[in-house]
Amino acid sequence: MHELGITRSIVEIAEGHAREQGATRVLSLTVQIGALSGVIPEAVEFAFEACSQGTLLEGARLIIDAVPGRGRCRACGAESAMDRFTYACPHCDALALDTVQGEELRILELEVD
Amino acid sequence: MCIDCGCGPTDHHHHHHEPGHAQDHGHDHGHSHDQGRRTLRIEEDILAKNNRLAGNNRARFGAKGLFVLNLVSSPGSGKTSILERTLRDLAGNIAFAVLEGDQQTDQDAARIAATGVPVHQINTGAGCHLDAHMVGHGVEHFDLDATDILMIENVGNLVCPAAFDLGEDHKVAVLSVTEGEDKPIKYPNMFHAADLLLINKIDLLPYLDFDLEKCKAYARQVKPDIQILEVSCKSGEGMEKWYAWLAQGANRKKT
Repeated sequence: MHELGITRSIVEIAEGHAREQGATRVLSLTVQIGALSGVIPEAVEFAFEACSQGTLLEGARLIIDAVPGRGRCRACGAESAMDRFTYACPHCDALALDTVQGEELRILELEVD
Repeated sequence: MCIDCGCGPTDHHHHHHEPGHAQDHGHDHGHSHDQGRRTLRIEEDILAKNNRLAGNNRARFGAKGLFVLNLVSSPGSGKTSILERTLRDLAGNIAFAVLEGDQQTDQDAARIAATGVPVHQINTGAGCHLDAHMVGHGVEHFDLDATDILMIENVGNLVCPAAFDLGEDHKVAVLSVTEGEDKPIKYPNMFHAADLLLINKIDLLPYLDFDLEKCKAYARQVKPDIQILEVSCKSGEGMEKWYAWLAQGANRKKT
């Protein structure tokens, strides 16, 4: 449900940058969403149409760059894929992994006109 | 006019025009915008605004030596009841202030007010979580110089509040034994974000199939170094350890 607020922020940030650069509309925007960010890409896509109405982003293509999660084991130091916070290190079975990738929530770029 | 966030007293729709920002075009747009199709690299964190305001809150709380906790849980876990008992039991020892977050009503604020502790209710309306902006304004209702611990009771929701830093020292997750031991792995983001887990309503354990050890193992699976305390705000069991944890945190912030 917080995806609505997140999507509003995406539109607000993107529109600010587009105006700053004198653009009249945004054709596409690329947003990075990590698998461990707690944000569901589909929900952002769903909210985007409503949130972008009446802004420079209306009609823009939303490209979501899904970033897979990665963790580093505190016990053996090995890195492994980790798309949820529940996991065991596949190398030594330890349960203590630190997140090294997957919490991203970032606007990467805009294509403007 | 709010210094931190730039919003006016009644206008909470944000249109930031900070000095030196977004006003590059001093002239009256006489130029044609014919730069054409182009790509702008932005690389901006979507939560940057919330994180900036949370940073401001944290700096302000730090300067006052305030220990700040963000209480998160599903609805009905007993956050408000834990607070009520804590505030009554520690009255005279620790000066508290409480921010209450709910979608609607000021029922919780009324319960806290009955303990004599300063309280302010934030109604989020359709919103599913508190954010740093709401908290920044919420604390304007308190004398922070006369406060040791600020308790922020978030909206009962095990999903959304996990993503929003409010400027707290710790998120404290409350899980009651009537909810089932698998909550930490069902809602891992929240338990991963918490530093302390209070397992509440342990007076009911004899009547339930709740597996306490399994619950703790699940919590440690999503947050290896999470601290866990078992409490019952009804019987008072385990509350002393929670009070010791609070006092320790408050002392650490004072020095």
